[in-house]
Amino acid sequence: MTQLALVIDLNVCVGCHACVTSCKQWNTSGWAGPLPDQRPYDEDPSGVFFNRVQTYEVGCYPNTETVHFPKSCLHCEDPPCVPVCPTGASYKREEDGIVLVDYDKCIGCKYCSWACPYGAREFDELGKVMKKCTLCVDRIYDKNLPEEERKPACVMACPTSARIFGDVHDADSEASRAIREQGGYQLQPEWGARPSNHYLPRRKQQIHISDDELVRADNPLRKEDEEPFDQQSETLDDVAW
Amino acid sequence: MHPAFSVIFLTTLIGIGQGLFLALFTGQVYSLAQLLPAQESQNFYALGGFVALVFLAGGLLASFFHLGHPERAWRAVTQWRTSWLSREVIVLPVFMGLVFLYVLIHFFGWTQPLFTVSDALPVDLSLIVGFLASIAAFVLFLSTAMIYASLKFLKEWYTPLTVVNFTFLGLASGFMFAAAFSAYEGIDLVAFFGTWAVIFTLISAITRFASLIRNRNLRHNFNLSSAIGVRHQTIRQQTQGFMGGSFNTREFFHHKSPFFVNSMRRIFLVLVFLVPVALIVASYFMQSAFLPMVAFAVQYIGLMAERWYFFAEAKHPQNQYYQAIS
Ligand code: SF4
Ligand code: SF4
Repeated sequence: MTQLALVIDLNVCVGCHACVTSCKQWNTSGWAGPLPDQRPYDEDPSGVFFNRVQTYEVGCYPNTETVHFPKSCLHCEDPPCVPVCPTGASYKREEDGIVLVDYDKCIGCKYCSWACPYGAREFDELGKVMKKCTLCVDRIYDKNLPEEERKPACVMACPTSARIFGDVHDADSEASRAIREQGGYQLQPEWGARPSNHYLPRRKQQIHISDDELVRADNPLRKEDEEPFDQQSETLDDVAW
Repeated sequence: MHPAFSVIFLTTLIGIGQGLFLALFTGQVYSLAQLLPAQESQNFYALGGFVALVFLAGGLLASFFHLGHPERAWRAVTQWRTSWLSREVIVLPVFMGLVFLYVLIHFFGWTQPLFTVSDALPVDLSLIVGFLASIAAFVLFLSTAMIYASLKFLKEWYTPLTVVNFTFLGLASGFMFAAAFSAYEGIDLVAFFGTWAVIFTLISAITRFASLIRNRNLRHNFNLSSAIGVRHQTIRQQTQGFMGGSFNTREFFHHKSPFFVNSMRRIFLVLVFLVPVALIVASYFMQSAFLPMVAFAVQYIGLMAERWYFFAEAKHPQNQYYQAIS
């Protein structure tokens, strides 16, 4: 069975909010939209976003690390938000595991948002229905888009490739490989929701150094291939007077 | 959580409606067993049942204000297999329908015994309908409370005490209203309903106190470290990612000072339990018809504070993601 999900690399996320804005742009104008704002240019603005990037500081100054933390619906495998919905508007798709809201059925009771421990759902005050990340279900199957663009808008926008999209049930997918090889983890597994999205932790960077970088092959002033100093042979001091 | 007035009214009003109906039916059963003088059915049971219906309808109306799309509310009956909210949405109208039938039966006096059980217990239509409605009333208490008690990570609610409290507080306020109602009508059941109202108020005082103590000692097993999955002792949120408001900053927190929240608790402890019991006891000695009505009014105001506190007390884990703006 397929379970589409995002794997988010906290090691490379720079907190630029490109995914936030591209998500808002795509989804407010697309199938899942609109994502209305209230008083966007006034005091106390408010609005619906499917994706937020938060920033945390870990450690005590001066030994701190800044962690940027993108946060959206995790498309849980056992989503607590789904069974509580009285109308069946919230559902998890059999075929790819995406958790969606049917806006035509939702009565706006907000019970699902209470049942999500991650605060991933946002109520649309204008349409009076519950909204949330759709994993860009209207992009990823769109045959009009070139194959390499059939990915969520946030993944396309990320300048550091911190977001990997794929099937976490397919052991050979890039997403599964990243989880396996780079210590991918789920958020708060103790709630038993089994989130599908994973996060890759901060880790020591790998550095790739090839032989010619070691000898500075392209540097005309390089010294590495000079003969070491030989005690027996003449030096400049010996011949100068 | 943010206490919404629609839900406060819904849960308290239908609680009174359920309690009041159960009080009436208890009265009927008692008089059947000749423990109480029989009441004239039209005035007492029909009118009392009608008032219970008014409370239930008031609660139902309040609940519509909670919905974004009340016109689609009928869809909420579909997921009764998994959702307690759906179950409540089914049981409430069923209960209202049964109470309505009960009112009709008493109003038109269709109370001739249909058959007699072991030559002693004459069973009439109102008894059968009343019995079914009583079951519905308890199922409704269960469904309403389970909406909250089934949310596993809202630890303040995730306890059988939630169900117990909803039930006994509903019974207490319903019997309290029955006492006030009979005092108003000049029916001499005031002492009977008053006594039961005091008993239920005292039981609910114990169970509500138990839940307060339980919640005071709760240890929450979530913190920023588990929220973002970074294992470190010192984590601070620098920014929640936006500077304005959002659903997440409004829906899950009461935005009141700890002083306000604590005052609400003290207020409801006094208004729900202390004052009404004192007033009923006083009315017993003074033979006053006025005091039971005051007792009910005070208890209802207290119940609204109690429900407010019930919601405000629950700490939703999502709040840790929304603590800093910069
Ligand atoms: S993250 Fe929340 S909204 Fe998304 S599937 Fe899980 S429980 Fe549901
Ligand atoms: S707000 Fe909509 S999706 Fe959420 S539980 Fe209510 S009806 Fe279901």
